[in-house]
Amino acid sequence: MTAFLAILSRDLKLGLRQGGDLLTLVLFFVIVGVLLPFAVGPDRPLLSQLAPAIIWVAALLAQLLSHDRLFRSDFEDGSLALFRQASLSLDGLVFAKLIAHWLLTGLPLVVAMPVLALVLGLSADGFWLAVMTLLAGTPALTAFGAIGAAVTVGLKRGGLVAPVIVLPMSLPVLIFGTGAFDPARVGAASQALLLLAALSLVSMALAPFAAALALRISGE
Amino acid sequence: MIDLGQHWEFIAATYAGSVLVIGALIGWTWSASRRARTRVARLEAARKARKA
Amino acid sequence: MAQTSPNTHPGWFTRIAHPGMFMGWTRHVVLPLAIATALAFAAGLYVVFFASPPDYQMGDTVRMMYVHVPTAWLSQFCYAVMFSSAIGTLVWRHPMADVSQKAAAPLGAAFTALALFTGAMWGRPTWGTFWEWDGRMTSTLVLLFIYLGIIALWRAFDDQLKAARIVSVVTLVGAVNIPIIKFSVDWWQTLHQPASVFRTDGPTVDFSILTPLLVMTLAFSLLFLTLHLVRMRTEVTRRRIRSLELAQARAAGGAP
Repeated sequence: MTAFLAILSRDLKLGLRQGGDLLTLVLFFVIVGVLLPFAVGPDRPLLSQLAPAIIWVAALLAQLLSHDRLFRSDFEDGSLALFRQASLSLDGLVFAKLIAHWLLTGLPLVVAMPVLALVLGLSADGFWLAVMTLLAGTPALTAFGAIGAAVTVGLKRGGLVAPVIVLPMSLPVLIFGTGAFDPARVGAASQALLLLAALSLVSMALAPFAAALALRISGE
Repeated sequence: MIDLGQHWEFIAATYAGSVLVIGALIGWTWSASRRARTRVARLEAARKARKA
Repeated sequence: MAQTSPNTHPGWFTRIAHPGMFMGWTRHVVLPLAIATALAFAAGLYVVFFASPPDYQMGDTVRMMYVHVPTAWLSQFCYAVMFSSAIGTLVWRHPMADVSQKAAAPLGAAFTALALFTGAMWGRPTWGTFWEWDGRMTSTLVLLFIYLGIIALWRAFDDQLKAARIVSVVTLVGAVNIPIIKFSVDWWQTLHQPASVFRTDGPTVDFSILTPLLVMTLAFSLLFLTLHLVRMRTEVTRRRIRSLELAQARAAGGAP
């Protein structure tokens, strides 16, 4: 447990000290959200209708951008090989890194949400729903992204392969994340939120094993 | 010619497309296999010449 | 690679697992398999165009189903082949499982693309549109993307032994994920479209449709087996080429 917490606090400290990355990520999320209205046109009713889709696409892209650094620096400077000598299994270690990564890349998106909600004209109910879906859904994005990152960690030019693998797999997250906003169906919101939370829990529980397996193979 | 009814162009497109894709698949598989076989034969011959 | 000693009689597992032996016995299988495929296609196309009546509901457009259904079946069967090979790679480090996975991926992508194409062609006269955001078509499209991603991953690696094990992880994750994707797409579809949409499982299957369908499915499956086997043999040969080239480079360089 101490090893687990040590990894967690180490990753958090590293992430917070390089505050620039965090800021860039939030900035990217907001910029994507602000750019899309320029493509759509300044039509407020249409934009508030599209707001959930815009927020989720921006979140998906921002998360995608952040995954590459999840294992790469540890893999390249040999820390990962060193960690494998630790008392903590690699699966547990990856789990700790995942939680730290979510705290550093998933949570800031929720914090930045009000800006987008304001610009896109989201209603108060819609705003809270968006906060809830992002909280429930981003862990799944982190989990899928971790698998993509672990699989391409040994590749020097793996930058483009990981998104191509991760994006189709993330489709359910996008569907349930935006499906919660559909006013046409009664109960769609709570159903989508529950499915989203289930997806996040299951993927967060299983992804460490898959990612650790890929890291082991890459490290050989 | 068989009469395929009013939607014959879609049926023809389906079969033409399938023939095209499967033909390309067979051609690719066959040419790759041929290329690999001639290459391995040349390398084996070179090795025999080296050993001799 | 473990060399079997000449004294012991190799078991069936060794006969598959050992690349040299695999090349030995498959040499005699390729040609009969190819001939069987050609015969099955000849019989299938004859039944499809000359010996089966148009459907009472769909008319002659039913003849498109005879390529659509077999390719759709192969698009999923091919993933099952890759999935079992991935287990073979990860659990037993079976060299032929690596080869089988690599040989199957482009075939899966091609048959999935064909299933989508024939589906679009069939959709135009029956639904009035080439593309419908229908549950099956959408999940087939996502399956195509997964195949293409796996192929991209194969090509990104130089070391094919490592690539096989890494790709296996992705294949297994994909296998867990595909049912979830299918479920989410179905959920999404019921959310956006009321039940008035044309259902693909509509007309009851008549015997006159079943015969050409089964023959064509058999023909397509035989085609897949033949192509898969030939591609596996090519892949084994390629690995042999690689080791021969290395040996040649060593000899030329004068290194020990």
